[in-house]
Amino acid sequence: MPETVDSSSGGDVQPSGEAGDGQATGGADRAREPARAGTRWSLKRVAPAVLVAAVLLFLVIKAADDLRQFSIVTLNGLTLAALYFVVASGFTLIFGLMRVVNMAHGSLYLLGGYFALKMQETWFQEDTGLNLSLSGTSDAEYGLFGWLVPLLLATLIIGFLGVAMQQVFLRWNQGQDLRQALITIALSVILADQMLAAYGGISKDIAAPTAWPTSITLPGDVRFGFFRGVIVLGAALLIGLVLWLVIKRTRFGKIVRAGVDDRDMVSALGINVNLVFAGAFFIGAMLAGFGGVLGGTMISLAPGQDTAFLLNSLIVVIIGGMGSLGGAAIGALALGLVDSYADVYLIFGDTDLTNYSILVTFALLVGVLAVRPLGLFGRPA
Amino acid sequence: MNPNVSRDRLGWPALAVIVAVFGLAPLFVSDFFLSVILTKALWLGVAAASLIFLAAYGGMVSLAQVGLYGVAGMAYANLVLADGGSPAAWDPWLAVIGALVITTAVGLGFGLIAARSEGIYFLMITLAFSVLVFYFFSQVTQLSGFGGVNNLDLPGLVGDTVSNPAPRYLITLAVAVAVFVGLRGLSRTAFGLGLQGVRDEPARMRALGFDVIRHRTIAFGVAALIAGVAGILSVWYNRRISPGSINLAQTIDILIIAVIGGLYRLEGAWIGALAYALIDNYSREWVPQVGNILGPARFNTIIGLIFLIIVLVSPGGLVGIWENVRDRLRGRRRGGGTPTTTTTAGPEGGPAPGTVN
Repeated sequence: MPETVDSSSGGDVQPSGEAGDGQATGGADRAREPARAGTRWSLKRVAPAVLVAAVLLFLVIKAADDLRQFSIVTLNGLTLAALYFVVASGFTLIFGLMRVVNMAHGSLYLLGGYFALKMQETWFQEDTGLNLSLSGTSDAEYGLFGWLVPLLLATLIIGFLGVAMQQVFLRWNQGQDLRQALITIALSVILADQMLAAYGGISKDIAAPTAWPTSITLPGDVRFGFFRGVIVLGAALLIGLVLWLVIKRTRFGKIVRAGVDDRDMVSALGINVNLVFAGAFFIGAMLAGFGGVLGGTMISLAPGQDTAFLLNSLIVVIIGGMGSLGGAAIGALALGLVDSYADVYLIFGDTDLTNYSILVTFALLVGVLAVRPLGLFGRPA
Repeated sequence: MNPNVSRDRLGWPALAVIVAVFGLAPLFVSDFFLSVILTKALWLGVAAASLIFLAAYGGMVSLAQVGLYGVAGMAYANLVLADGGSPAAWDPWLAVIGALVITTAVGLGFGLIAARSEGIYFLMITLAFSVLVFYFFSQVTQLSGFGGVNNLDLPGLVGDTVSNPAPRYLITLAVAVAVFVGLRGLSRTAFGLGLQGVRDEPARMRALGFDVIRHRTIAFGVAALIAGVAGILSVWYNRRISPGSINLAQTIDILIIAVIGGLYRLEGAWIGALAYALIDNYSREWVPQVGNILGPARFNTIIGLIFLIIVLVSPGGLVGIWENVRDRLRGRRRGGGTPTTTTTAGPEGGPAPGTVN
């Protein structure tokens, strides 16, 4: 398999000659692949299956051991996956259509969270007395609008910021993917420093509406955070559904899908590609901002979260395959669940290996890349 | 992206003059300047050179170099006598060899996975590697201590760096020159030429019987070795290492150095590193305080802006600017009018019309 996939790099296919563009030749090679896969690479097919089966067996044993803990850990993983999906779907949408690796995606995430926090603090904080909290979280009470309005406004602002970024910095050098990545890296450096200056280095969080319950009780006496379990999970499912409908059913979605396959042809057909690109960047950035508000309420906002979510998005789309929405969902699930299981279950007898849980994430990444260099759902661009 | 590697080479006489000037520097400059600017620039340059080597000759922009030099630094810190980390107390020179072997092995492993992808995918996968190395050392406090590994044992040759920083500077200089000459020599060998062929025409190289992935992997291993050397020099410079010194910010700093200097020429590594060290030190003195946005404490904003401007204006970096200016001057002297065909650092990432070194 590696030979067939990698032979995709004859740089003479398209006039722009970028490495990514050159992969068009890979399509033909990959079409032949299944025929050979059955015979020559059977070991490569069997080994991952055996590994996955072993991991599942291990988890079943652990689940039988303590079902309540297992449910909580699984829910933790699912909610993390939901958040990863929201952020990474924006990243993968932008990449799939425009071949822009937006390295400032994590910065947009964090900025969205900080904007919402600022709005919540300035407009909706009702003074409840001394406000003597050290952790940055105040004891102030917030109504439903005190959370929803910042959420919507911050999401929109980040969307427009994304479009501005695309129009000013990325539009005129379309096709130079490395240069665009470098530009967004520069922007992320500046944004990270400015956010540190404006919001300080202390971890802060956005308050959920006071009226919402703090936790819910599931069957089997499993208590789980309401915001995490209901709002984040629900929002991710909703976003996934809406994105799927938009991409499958609307004209915009058709153009996006066509653009993912062949940008030049789409523009040759008289479609205003620039408008579509701006729209895709708007949605992609909005998803980052939206994720930032969710993450800021669910976990916290602090310098370094931008890096963490850029890395998460990268891993999700590398695993799932760049530009694929379904891939982002699968990648987010894999990453979220692996993260959360590895943090708890890496204890064998007396040896506590939970410190090394990052290696499991790494192994996941390497394992997927070894079998499918373009990710699970990746296709040669 | 096929970088247009410059066809010009720094001549031996020019190199000899530069090395002589740098070698005599301890006689002229203050100890502070020698350590904080020159020594630092030299080891940062070695790290950036490992990135530029891959980018220029292999067409692979790797962000894993800081992760790799972190592996080397951490390995060295754990092998020698130090506060924190593992209790091993090897001879420093033995630890250097051990750290380089470990780093090269890790680099070959990374390379084996990453070499199968290219372009922007390669960038992302190597970035993920680098950040994973950082998270690994953050989590595993047995190796990284709780506040980093401190007071590392240095080889006797380096001596007391506080009272006399010159030996460390001269060693760093010698290593940097060796790295430069070595990498430049490597690019002329059969392997180096094959690597450049793989960069420009992987399909044709494969048809000619070259193992493209093996070429890329070995190149990545070589770059890992150089990154490892930079890691050793960095812990000699800092005498400590902590996960915070190999995080994403540092990864991006090395990328910034390489881009400021120019991604397509090895010399660019040290030019960028010198510029970086100078800006790092002296920007605090002349940058005005503008509200909360700009000021002495906002170094990252300044370096980010410089990086942004360089990428927007001249992807060839400072070396590219210099070459463009020089070519334009030459063109004018020849009577102007005739378009210069020797423009080397093309600003576009378009097809490289067979620029083989």
